[in-house]
Amino acid sequence: MNSLKRVILFGATSAIAEQTARQLVAQGASLYCVGRNNDKLMALIDDLKVRASDQQQIDGCAADLTDSDQHARLIDAGERVLGGIDGVLIAHGTLPDQQACQSDADLTRQEIETNALSVINLLTLLANQLEQQQHGVIAVISSVAGDRGRQSNYVYGAAKGMVTLFLQGLRNRLAKSNVDVVTIKPGFVDTPMTAELDKGGPLWAKPEQIAKGIIKAMQKGKGEVYLPWFWWGIMLIIRHIPEAIFKRMSL
Amino acid sequence: MIAPRSWNRLPRVAPDAVHALTQRSAGVPDSLPRPLLAHGNGRSYGDVCLTEQGTLLLTRGLDRFIEFDPQQGVLRCEAGVTLAELLALVVPQGWFLPSTPGTRLATVGGAVANDVHGKNHHAVGSFGHHVRALELWRSDGSVIECRPEDGNGWFSATIGGLGLTGLIRWVELQLIPIQNPWMWIESQRFANLEEFWAINRRAEAQWPYTVAWIDCLAKGKAQGRGILLAGQHASAQAELPAFKEGGKRIPVDPPFSLVNGLSLRAFNTLYYRQPVKPQGALTHYVPYFYPLDAIQDWNRIYGRRGFYQYQCVIPPREAEAATAALLDTIAKRGEGSFLAVLKTFGGKPSLGMLSFPRPGTTLALDFPNRGDKTLRLLADLDAIVREAGGTLYPGKDARMPASLFQSGYPEWEAFSNYVDPGFSSRFWKRVTS
Repeated sequence: MNSLKRVILFGATSAIAEQTARQLVAQGASLYCVGRNNDKLMALIDDLKVRASDQQQIDGCAADLTDSDQHARLIDAGERVLGGIDGVLIAHGTLPDQQACQSDADLTRQEIETNALSVINLLTLLANQLEQQQHGVIAVISSVAGDRGRQSNYVYGAAKGMVTLFLQGLRNRLAKSNVDVVTIKPGFVDTPMTAELDKGGPLWAKPEQIAKGIIKAMQKGKGEVYLPWFWWGIMLIIRHIPEAIFKRMSL
Repeated sequence: MIAPRSWNRLPRVAPDAVHALTQRSAGVPDSLPRPLLAHGNGRSYGDVCLTEQGTLLLTRGLDRFIEFDPQQGVLRCEAGVTLAELLALVVPQGWFLPSTPGTRLATVGGAVANDVHGKNHHAVGSFGHHVRALELWRSDGSVIECRPEDGNGWFSATIGGLGLTGLIRWVELQLIPIQNPWMWIESQRFANLEEFWAINRRAEAQWPYTVAWIDCLAKGKAQGRGILLAGQHASAQAELPAFKEGGKRIPVDPPFSLVNGLSLRAFNTLYYRQPVKPQGALTHYVPYFYPLDAIQDWNRIYGRRGFYQYQCVIPPREAEAATAALLDTIAKRGEGSFLAVLKTFGGKPSLGMLSFPRPGTTLALDFPNRGDKTLRLLADLDAIVREAGGTLYPGKDARMPASLFQSGYPEWEAFSNYVDPGFSSRFWKRVTS
């Protein structure tokens, strides 16, 4: 079992990360939160401080994670505030407009940078650090969209797929160093951003459910986790549809 | 788009757009159709939280705490925090809501906008009396911080202001200290209304919390029989009992109301016959304050057509006669709810221009929606209320005539000067037209 007493959250103001932060705080963790929007981040930190006991450290810093020059500084600051790193959750990202990306190569590259390259840059730095200290867990929110390219969101899917593959290799490398690498693949999540959609179906999960799954997976040092679990079965089928048929499907 | 509903599931109306707020400092995009209206957790009954035009702003995404002083019991939080979330934070630290409605699933913003009251109204007034400050966002982009001592009208317009003065973004509350999460409750049976008035008077003088559940179907000498619960927060105990919350829910929408003459009579009789504990007993605060919250989606029991809630207040002088007349009318029709609630309000003047609580007796009941038949009954009840100089609770109303609202809320015209021109609700349009 990995202890999650000192955790850094990247993309802390996303709905899933915010719920994860609240649950970690409820379990006694100290947190260092990184988010892009300063107002949102301060609101998050204030909230977590109210929830935390006096023994817990809650701090953070607003930063644009597409600026990879910032990464080393942010990790250092987190480690200093927390007095060490037991776990890291990387949750930042955007949901690209697929149509817009198709007619704009710059936008496509930008989305790949945000959703894949900035994550890989962070992972490279974190991996070396945790490898050296010989303990810890890194979890990254990838997506079921990274399991197979589909016409409706393959730019996002390609970025997430790159992250998933990178994490596979990293997990393999760090296994002997007592460091766990967890790939989180959420399905449909009922976040405030999707409030106007009809989410009566069983496929929609609440961010707090996903957060619970993330924490469990981090504690247990799982490899790849679909959240909720049944997406494993759905994606198993989707991955195994022959390409000759798949290319004609409108997914 | 799924149109949000109120708790009684009627009226069924849809706005032009729904927008989920997630960041309190962000404002509302200009692209959204006006007028606006905040919608919290949909626990009011009727149409104060609904609109047929413009945009409903969902506030549940504003669910962050901002500051808590555990020494002084002062909490500031965003308006979409539910009372349940608030209590989960403060009860273990020895604090409690100074005033709470019968559900903890309402939001703090909704509690302010309806100036909700609790079983301790006779002792401490309503929710608004315990608000130290709040922030109001106006549709012109301005932000007003309101405090009771300001004296410029914004505070008294916004307390009980039905969300019409703008968007409430955060609220600062003064909490009350408690020793533990338990209540000391004495329950006693009363055989009729006459007995109720006598024991209620005694109970109010001695207890911070009192409420009575009455059998609204009993007639004649048994009219108004029921059970009075008087309580206070428990003192320090050598040993506290264990408490575990149950998780029951109504899983489906029955095609018709399960509340009918037969089930009503059986339930009311059984409830009246339950064992009482006049010597007192410890009860956890959750089942005492929020008995219905234990059954998730209990509103489904009334079927797809929904139900009307009817809550009136009658001034003290007319209270006894008018209450008897209301119960007469209801019992004669064989209509009525599982539980009718009877309580007297205290003399503390409400702070809001449109606040419902005022000295007198308040009676609350649910009626399954049987169309015209139900509306005719409610109109008959209106006549008694009007005659007695009483009024109805906007937060529980889907149909009161404009004239009844205007006579019950004489400050409504002064209030309308504070209404944000970019905000409106179906209720407001209905009672001001």
